[in-house]
Amino acid sequence: MAGAEAGSGRHRYTGRLDLARGAVDMSHGSGGRAMAQLIDELFRAHLDNALLAQGDDQARFQPPPGRLAISTDGHVISPLFFPGGDIGSLAVHGTINDVAMCGARPLYLAAGFILEEGLPLADLARIVESMARACNASGVPVVTGDTKVVERGKGDGCFITTTGLGVIPDGIEISGSRAVPGDAILLSGTIGDHGVAIMSKRENLGFETEIASDTAALHDLVAAMLDAVPDIHCLRDPTRGGLATTLNELAQQSGAGMQIQEAVIPVRAEVSAACELLGLDPVYVANEGKLVAICPGEHAQRLLAAMRAHPQGHDAAIIGQVVADPHRFVQMETSFGGSRIVDWLAGEQLPRIC
Amino acid sequence: MCLAIPARILEIEPDGDTATVSLGGVRKPVSLALVGDAAVGDYVLVHVGYALNTISPDEAERTLALMQEAGELDPAEFGAEPSEVQP
Amino acid sequence: MKGSSAMKYIDEFRDGKLARGLARAIAAEADPARSYRLMEFCGGHTHAIFRYGVQDLMPENLKFVHGPGCPVCVLPMARIDQAIAMAVEHGVTLCTYGDLMRVPASERRSLLKAKAEGADIRMIYSTQDALAIARADSGRQVVLFAIGFETTTPPTAVALKVARAEGLANFSVFCNHVLTPPALATILASAGPESDAKPTPGQVELDGILGPSHVSTIIGSRPYEFVPEQFGKPVVIAGFEPLDVMQSALMLVRQINQGRCTVENQYTRAVTRDGNAKARALMAEVFAPRETFEWRGLGFLPGSALRLADTYADFDAELRFPVAPGEGREIKGCECPSVLRGVMEPTDCKLFGTVCTPDNPMGACMVSSEGACAAYWSYGRFRQSGRPAAAGVSA
Repeated sequence: MAGAEAGSGRHRYTGRLDLARGAVDMSHGSGGRAMAQLIDELFRAHLDNALLAQGDDQARFQPPPGRLAISTDGHVISPLFFPGGDIGSLAVHGTINDVAMCGARPLYLAAGFILEEGLPLADLARIVESMARACNASGVPVVTGDTKVVERGKGDGCFITTTGLGVIPDGIEISGSRAVPGDAILLSGTIGDHGVAIMSKRENLGFETEIASDTAALHDLVAAMLDAVPDIHCLRDPTRGGLATTLNELAQQSGAGMQIQEAVIPVRAEVSAACELLGLDPVYVANEGKLVAICPGEHAQRLLAAMRAHPQGHDAAIIGQVVADPHRFVQMETSFGGSRIVDWLAGEQLPRIC
Repeated sequence: MCLAIPARILEIEPDGDTATVSLGGVRKPVSLALVGDAAVGDYVLVHVGYALNTISPDEAERTLALMQEAGELDPAEFGAEPSEVQP
Repeated sequence: MKGSSAMKYIDEFRDGKLARGLARAIAAEADPARSYRLMEFCGGHTHAIFRYGVQDLMPENLKFVHGPGCPVCVLPMARIDQAIAMAVEHGVTLCTYGDLMRVPASERRSLLKAKAEGADIRMIYSTQDALAIARADSGRQVVLFAIGFETTTPPTAVALKVARAEGLANFSVFCNHVLTPPALATILASAGPESDAKPTPGQVELDGILGPSHVSTIIGSRPYEFVPEQFGKPVVIAGFEPLDVMQSALMLVRQINQGRCTVENQYTRAVTRDGNAKARALMAEVFAPRETFEWRGLGFLPGSALRLADTYADFDAELRFPVAPGEGREIKGCECPSVLRGVMEPTDCKLFGTVCTPDNPMGACMVSSEGACAAYWSYGRFRQSGRPAAAGVSA
């Protein structure tokens, strides 16, 4: 493995990490040799890149010209591994997306790990390998990181905080406050996949499904969208709280209302079915690989075509428009023909019996 | 009252007490303790992990047909007089 | 939604085209010279009506009145206090359905808050989950916080029989099961005069009843026959989907217009006159009627609830874990009791939308997903504010 031997001043270790049977223990966080070995043989080995290989407490680089964007996110998901992904790929994609949602091109990631004593090294290796694959596929490396260990019982196996840095192209002004009446509202694909995939792993809900999380990096899709329509007003990824929460946030920030049509919102049949069984509404269920875009009405068709032409947007749809409304309601015309508002999520959506 | 969802029985355990049902491709185990003679392929109403009743396909069709019919009746036939049509 | 076309017996009953047809029929047949006030007793219907915007498809003179068929809404705060006390004072593992977690108990407590403070309170989806928890650790006392009308009662009965058969000594049930016909009778007894006269305060005007869907699969349509006989109001047992609600409304409009007054069954695909005999036999074996039971908003109703039968007294959590009965003081200004009886609309309550919102609920009607206040807030409050100029939605 590259990291352990390369560079001067690297420690030599008296044995390799026992990835098959070993577990994280307090020494891995203590700053001593055990921690150095963990970093070398696990983190540096897989996340390997020139900046990380500098081997210092910080990554140093020349900033590219232009405005910078920075975003950070803590990932505490349980279970750590789920259909379609794991906490590692989620952390990479999630922060890339946060940076991309202002139109920025993501450059670098920083990753902080809080590991619980007892976490199997095999699991940690799986997580780090998954992060590496996600970084390579998206072209955004982890250039610096940190590791801490907490006592058994004080952490949920693994928490990851990722911070992302990106550069915003000139002429791009994307913000949640820019939606104006007449703008079109677009959605990049099916909703509810991630939340349902996670819930299917929760034992006491007891259902089985083929649905996988949609976790994905969206920066490439965003670039294609901005190519087609530079004057996109808003971009946001509907994660926790689902589409409903994102639309309400945007409405609130922009001081406008929205009118959407339920019939055109894409939802997979299995996601619909799982939501029926639990008494949940797909518009409130989390997504990790979708985005909402708001653009001037006259550009909507062009933007839609650009999205549909991209693998991350092939199910894209125009779902409604922004309207003047001092109350900032998000109104929905139901598939049934009636009308209701799509409100903020109150508390957590819990399965219901009634 | 109460959220109960129609789902199709995919298989029944040998003990006859538990079944796996499918709703739109999502599979779930349910208890058959409350239904008499459910069979694979039947649709049952699922509530809090139990099948409450089987659904009658004939009655479902009949209900839809009645709905269809109601929507097709010529509004001009109705005024303030009581209707002759049985529900 | 697009793509969700694989749910048989669900999707067909949400079809927009059939909805428009039924809406036309109702508009054509509703007599403009009178009003139709139809109580949808069941909270599931309240939820469906709001979620699909069914009221929009009704003529102006047809209104749905929301009833108390929400077991979460009618559970007195004192009973939640008791459940919390069992968990806190006796250290039991309390198993509850998700619906109850956020309902306000006395002193702004709730099961969710008690859980955050360290009580072992677990959310379950099925009584089978509670049994599994009890089996997994015989040293742990597991209490099933059982609520619900006749739909949710048979699952508790099954759990008790299984517990007895397996000798699960660490399992017990805190029974709060309630019965539909007595609640219906109470509402009707306080129903007001015929539409012309003004109702006295506390009376609700009703012209017909939409009967609950799934309670009826268990009890059948027979138990509602007292409604036309004693109170002269027609009943239509309505299915769960929005088209069922509309067709049932049409059937009620027809009965009312024709001066007929009987129990009709719209939900024939799941409800028969006799219901589910097997489920009822199980209930009869395991439960006994309580002399009286307090209902939020309706007071003490005789013969309206169930307790564990004497033969199952050893599984009764109230006997095993005695706690001081809670005080259950309502928050001042909370009008849940009046809303539950259909006497007030959510917007008539001074706390609605000001102090009381889903994020900060004062009463159960705002917490329960099928409570009228929650439904009104989450789906319908834009009507009150006046909808913005409807610009056509492009698709």
